[in-house]
Amino acid sequence: MLLDVAALTKTFHGQEGFPPRRTSLRALDGVSFQVGHGEALGIVGESGCGKSTAARATLRLVEPDGGSVNYDGQDVLAAGPKALRTLRRHMQMVFQDPASALDPRQRVGDALAEPLRVHRIAKGADLVRRVKAVLDEVGLPAAAAERYPHEFSGGQRQRIGIARALVLEPGLVIADEPVSALDVSVQAQILKLLARLKADRRLAFVFVSHDLGVVRYFCERTAVMYLGRIIESGPTSTLFDTPKHPYTVLLRSASPVPDPAAEVARSIPEGEPPSPMNPPPGCHFHPRCPLASDVCRAEVPPLRASDAGRVLACHNVE
Amino acid sequence: MNAAQSAPGALPALAVEGLTASLRLGGTWYDAVRDVSFQIAEGETLALVGESGCGKSLTAMAIMGLLPDKIGRMSAGTVTAGERRISGLTEKQMEKIRGDAVGMIFQEPMSSLNPVLRVGFQIAESLIYHRDMSRRAASKRALELMELVRIPAAAQRFRAYPHEFSGGMRQRVMIALALACSPRVLIADEPTTALDVTVQAQVLDLLRGLQDEHGLGILLITHNLGVVASNAQRVMVMYGGDVVESAPVGAFFANPQHPYSAALMSAMPRVDRATEDLNPIPGQVPSLQEMPAGCRYQGRCPLRVAKCAERPPLVAVSEGPHHLARCWVKAPPPGEGA
Amino acid sequence: MSAPDLPLPVEPEAVPAPRPGRLRALYQRATRSGALLVGLAMVSVMILCAIFAPLIAPHDPYAQSILHKLQGPGPVYWLGTDQFGRDVLSRIIYGARISLFVGFVSTALAVVIGVAIGIVSGYFGGRVDRLISGANDGLMSFPQIIMGIVIVALLGPSIHNLILAITITAIPAFVRIARGSTIAMKERDFVDACRALGFGNGRIMFRHILPNIADEITVLASLWMATAIRTEATLSFIGLGAPPPIATWGGLVRDGFDNLLDSPGLSIFPSIAILIVMIGLNLVGDGLRDATDPRAPT
Repeated sequence: MLLDVAALTKTFHGQEGFPPRRTSLRALDGVSFQVGHGEALGIVGESGCGKSTAARATLRLVEPDGGSVNYDGQDVLAAGPKALRTLRRHMQMVFQDPASALDPRQRVGDALAEPLRVHRIAKGADLVRRVKAVLDEVGLPAAAAERYPHEFSGGQRQRIGIARALVLEPGLVIADEPVSALDVSVQAQILKLLARLKADRRLAFVFVSHDLGVVRYFCERTAVMYLGRIIESGPTSTLFDTPKHPYTVLLRSASPVPDPAAEVARSIPEGEPPSPMNPPPGCHFHPRCPLASDVCRAEVPPLRASDAGRVLACHNVE
Repeated sequence: MNAAQSAPGALPALAVEGLTASLRLGGTWYDAVRDVSFQIAEGETLALVGESGCGKSLTAMAIMGLLPDKIGRMSAGTVTAGERRISGLTEKQMEKIRGDAVGMIFQEPMSSLNPVLRVGFQIAESLIYHRDMSRRAASKRALELMELVRIPAAAQRFRAYPHEFSGGMRQRVMIALALACSPRVLIADEPTTALDVTVQAQVLDLLRGLQDEHGLGILLITHNLGVVASNAQRVMVMYGGDVVESAPVGAFFANPQHPYSAALMSAMPRVDRATEDLNPIPGQVPSLQEMPAGCRYQGRCPLRVAKCAERPPLVAVSEGPHHLARCWVKAPPPGEGA
Repeated sequence: MSAPDLPLPVEPEAVPAPRPGRLRALYQRATRSGALLVGLAMVSVMILCAIFAPLIAPHDPYAQSILHKLQGPGPVYWLGTDQFGRDVLSRIIYGARISLFVGFVSTALAVVIGVAIGIVSGYFGGRVDRLISGANDGLMSFPQIIMGIVIVALLGPSIHNLILAITITAIPAFVRIARGSTIAMKERDFVDACRALGFGNGRIMFRHILPNIADEITVLASLWMATAIRTEATLSFIGLGAPPPIATWGGLVRDGFDNLLDSPGLSIFPSIAILIVMIGLNLVGDGLRDATDPRAPT
């Protein structure tokens, strides 16, 4: 395994109201996943489920409270500041909003060259050549190096963000909703680009998205999160064709499909995902679950293996 | 197929004829919406789809008289809601129309609700303003509306502030507000784009239910073809300010005619089946200043011919009488070859 | 679903046509604002006077002449003479050297120190930040002039101490703006992106955050320079400025006070010089704020 994340936990603390009341938000509650070389793992779920925190905690952009992250045999969480900076060469990130992810005061060429300089990988003519090569790889002409990020369209900016993630030649890319801010036609361009890079460079991906269609196209395996926990995971196509966990079933049936003949989800249970500030006991999903029984209200269902490489956390479904 | 044909003679809930809206960029006026015409019958949903910058939201703003002062104007066309003509009115007259004859909901409900006023009061206020209701009667009606849009524990949440509601509940408040004066038509501009899918499904379900009960005509503006498929009877696709295709939903998804519609569909990854390959549309939407003369899609179109330098008309394709497209190749006007 | 056959690999895209560069756009917006130009002109005249004082000044500012004391404005001494018969115009021109120097140096020092502290405080947050911003708020709650008086009174009047006093009173404003802007910048993903790329904190703070908050700091600096010059004048006026016979604007106003009724020009003319620079710098500051505001129409 290239990336092995185990039992990650993270609680955010805050204050609310007056007099101030301490609040805590359990964003990650024992999240584990593995990604192999050249493999893409999708993490899906609704807002507040912790999928972004899981992605950022893997890179220690958010410091997790507990658990372990292993990249290629190296303990990421135990790494000191210097070792961590070296490790980060191998694990890169692509962000949702490329406008916010690029330094507006830095020319594209400088943004791509800086990581190579900082890590003393290249200089002089070699540096220029590498910058040109990575621009070409993401489908931008060499002239782009002279421009500032705001001069580009959203899709082009995302290409620049991808180029910057690639310039250090990482083995793993964490992509947090990389195409959510883009229009459908541009989204397809970026997805194809990512798919090509994945194949050409044997890149591994942790791909966070709320769009099941995008995940189905891009990821071999997918994990579904609900309020800080992974509740089901497995090969993407079987997961979405025959979802087992009641929440996966709900998510799948609520996702719109461009087919007027498709069954429309009419029986979405009322109510919304409960706040992660105050999750219900037992299985977090029980208040909305059609199968909920007494055991669901009391005990957290453990993740256990189901058939065909699938894993599931539900008391009532095999 | 749709209600417009099933009730001949009935006035459409909303009729738009030849609407053209222009934006001023760097001192020059550009047509950002060109010659858009449609009718929505009571109880019917018409979806207006397209990518950002295609003019779909601008169309809605023009209908509501909400184009930004000085840099936007409706340069041609008429808008009629029921039997009232609502285009060409003064701002003062328009204020009476908005929220009364035509309701509107937006993508981000938080920015359309006043954060320092209780939601119940905001709904009641609309009734006091438009219907001259007493405070007491308006409050009673506001509570009924909150129950109508299925806000749980409506009586308690009547006195809550907008920030105390989740995104989905806020959108329900917006719907209650839009429906307060029982308009016959509702313009919904990306009403569920900011919501999670399960909440989106609930809100869309609510809208369908309200439509069935009250015979509401809905103009549903969205970029999401999946939302179109399950919620609209007819669909219009916009590109660069032009309506490029207009069809009943079934025919549209079975057989999209305009090259842009077809490309859009094959660029969209789907959750319900394996997508072997995506076909992105090359390049990007040209800016208003750079729009080509003639067909505005020509720069990205694989079927481009010499004739595309002229603007094609929106005409019926062979597939059916209500299926129109604006393309010289796929929908040549009668008597003209491609 | 019939998709047209689109032979479309991901192909190189056209790069946008070059837009006017940032500086050029700034220049265009700046020149459209008349206030900025007027302000720049006012300040420039004063700076030129200061630089070329020996060439411009019609007389030696320190040359005393009992015969010509307390003259009104006239053809030889344009703005008259003081009680020692020194030429007022020449003393104002030479005074510009000290007043502008003190204003510029103390503001520059305050920017460097304050911004460094502010960025560090905002970037790291937590306990360090609470300590720094607490102390900073405490400093800000003292009236500047009292702070200045206390510092100069403790250390004794000299130009160095004057600069020190003004710098210390100006630092908190720069700490505050740099801290606030840094916290806002930290919300942007590019800071996380830099961390993910393995950049050190120093590089992120001073190579990436600093250039992005520089506009706001420049605006504040030009406004604060006006305040610094005023503070210099005030301290000099109450006798805590540069020791005589050095000419500073505040000192000139004070010296003229003794003969205010006979020769009001002695105090009024240096006051006008102070006024011109203050108005000029404020116009520059406001103009820059408008020119760098990203929400301003282009």
